[in-house]
Amino acid sequence: MNLAIKDIRHNLGRFIFTSIGIGMLLMIVMGMGGIYRGIIEDATLLIDDIGADIWIVQHDTRGPFAELSRIPQNISYRAQVIPGVASARTFVQHTIQRQYMGKQLRMSVVGLDWPIDKGGWIPLISGERLSQNHYQMIADKTLGLEYGETIKLGKNRYTVVGITSNMISSSGDGIGFFTVQDALNIQFDTSGESIRLERTSRGVRMGKSDLGLKQPALIEFSQQTSSFLPVLSSPSVSAVILKLLPGTNPKQVMSIIRGWDDVSAFTREGERQLLLTGSVEKVRKQIGLFRVLLTIISAIIMALILYTLTLDKIHSIALLKLIGASNWIILKLILQQAFILGISGFGIAYFLGLKIFPHFPRRVILSNDDLIQLGIIVLIISVISSLLGIIKALKVKPNEALN
Amino acid sequence: MKESPAIHVERLKQVYGSGNTEVIAMRHASMSIKYGEIVALLGPSGSGKSTFLTAIGLINPPTSGQITISNQLVLNGSKAMVNLRNFRKKHIGFVFQKSNLIPFLTARENVQITLEINGHSKKYAKNRALDLLSEMDLADRANNYPPMLSGGQQQRVAICRALANKPAVILADEPTAALDSHLGQHVMKLFRDIAHKYGTAVIVVTHDHRALDVFDTIYEMEDGIIKPGQIPQVI
Repeated sequence: MNLAIKDIRHNLGRFIFTSIGIGMLLMIVMGMGGIYRGIIEDATLLIDDIGADIWIVQHDTRGPFAELSRIPQNISYRAQVIPGVASARTFVQHTIQRQYMGKQLRMSVVGLDWPIDKGGWIPLISGERLSQNHYQMIADKTLGLEYGETIKLGKNRYTVVGITSNMISSSGDGIGFFTVQDALNIQFDTSGESIRLERTSRGVRMGKSDLGLKQPALIEFSQQTSSFLPVLSSPSVSAVILKLLPGTNPKQVMSIIRGWDDVSAFTREGERQLLLTGSVEKVRKQIGLFRVLLTIISAIIMALILYTLTLDKIHSIALLKLIGASNWIILKLILQQAFILGISGFGIAYFLGLKIFPHFPRRVILSNDDLIQLGIIVLIISVISSLLGIIKALKVKPNEALN
Repeated sequence: MKESPAIHVERLKQVYGSGNTEVIAMRHASMSIKYGEIVALLGPSGSGKSTFLTAIGLINPPTSGQITISNQLVLNGSKAMVNLRNFRKKHIGFVFQKSNLIPFLTARENVQITLEINGHSKKYAKNRALDLLSEMDLADRANNYPPMLSGGQQQRVAICRALANKPAVILADEPTAALDSHLGQHVMKLFRDIAHKYGTAVIVVTHDHRALDVFDTIYEMEDGIIKPGQIPQVI
């Protein structure tokens, strides 16, 4: 006869409410683990998915994710000729916050080097890749944009041609994928008045210079649109990413790039580590510590519940001892209840988590490894938290049944 | 009925505390009860009845004296000659003032658990529990939880539990205290029938003088000493 189940069956209502309470507590522990995992996944998503073996960034910076990086676009041409490089792409990322449809829209803008990169690596849930160099975007579904919708950013309107999911930046903003040119246009969008003032200022500076005084035609030339001026470089990009040919040793390519004094380079793993030990490090630690704290609190609460459940049965336990029950029978009664409570609480936590976590603003990822780890922790908590009750029960003397 | 006593206790003494705080709860308590004999132990509160019961119930060993049950020396002073828990579960049944049933088990399960603890198979335990409940006219209450039973029914379930393992001795502590006089008499007669039918030695500690005619022998206890008693004149 399983006394633990008999007791639970008899006090089913109380057990269900207790399990729900434990379950909600464990759901928070599970959720913290999921948020922790989500932050890491979001932070490393682009690095893992974009298919880059080496990242070339601004010299002496840890960009483009951990800090700002700006390098000339033409670095990609230089990198392309390194032996073993299959492709070199420019990469742009920056965050914007705009008013859209009466709401604040935060978006991480990522520029793809179209047509080398049309976004083929982006998992689409609807729509298609970028099919032209301008005015198209692929939007993460958390941005709330719909397929075919157009959005004005700067002076241009962009049509959503594809919807993706789970494409979140390390800061938790949904990603919008554009071509590099469009991403730069969004980043360096300047008002007409600013452009006019800049051109006038350029003309005044040229007029005051020796060159302008000797060749007055240059004053008018300097006031043209900046792309016509050979002395002004095109806008910088965040990084250049390299895809290596199969069998190429990244160290060899890295050693060549290290010889260049104007850029720094990192492998994929190096870039991951920069993120994990950099911008998300503190958040990661904070959530990790909070999770540990919650786990301890859960253990204490479970211990108190199990102790109370044992106290409620203390007379029955004395009676069982009087009629000859061994300590093992009593131990089993308490331990089995602890396990049943822990397992049902875990099940409720998982079920509630599946229903509730998708509504959280940031991703909460319940990975199998984390669930197994938490499951083992719950089992250990169940044993530890039942100790108080077990000690109390083992101290009960049979003659207490006579009182 | 076997000739040798089911239980024989000799010069039991129980001392609590020491020095200035020493209290002698029981002194030179001796008693010999045959199989099938039903014995009443009367006495005022604090006379040492419960101390005597817990000593012979192998719950609280005495300071000195000997207890022999089923021809086996079980306690020699405070020294256990056998594993007391194992011996208790095989040879002694208990019935209390309140029925003391386990609240989360049904009537049948309350009886069945005693047998399962004693190593009997679940099937045997279940059948035996049902048989005993039937004998006590409780077959239709087998699946009821204790709170759904009347006081008399609960006490009869407790008697079934005490009987389940066919013990040599049943110890009953004020078994009719929570019952009305009619039920009280009924329960006492039940004990007599059990003693005579199963050959079990039954010791009943009681204040209830209304049903003393069912007992084969009456003892009285006062200030920790047991002496032969008699049916009070009021009866």
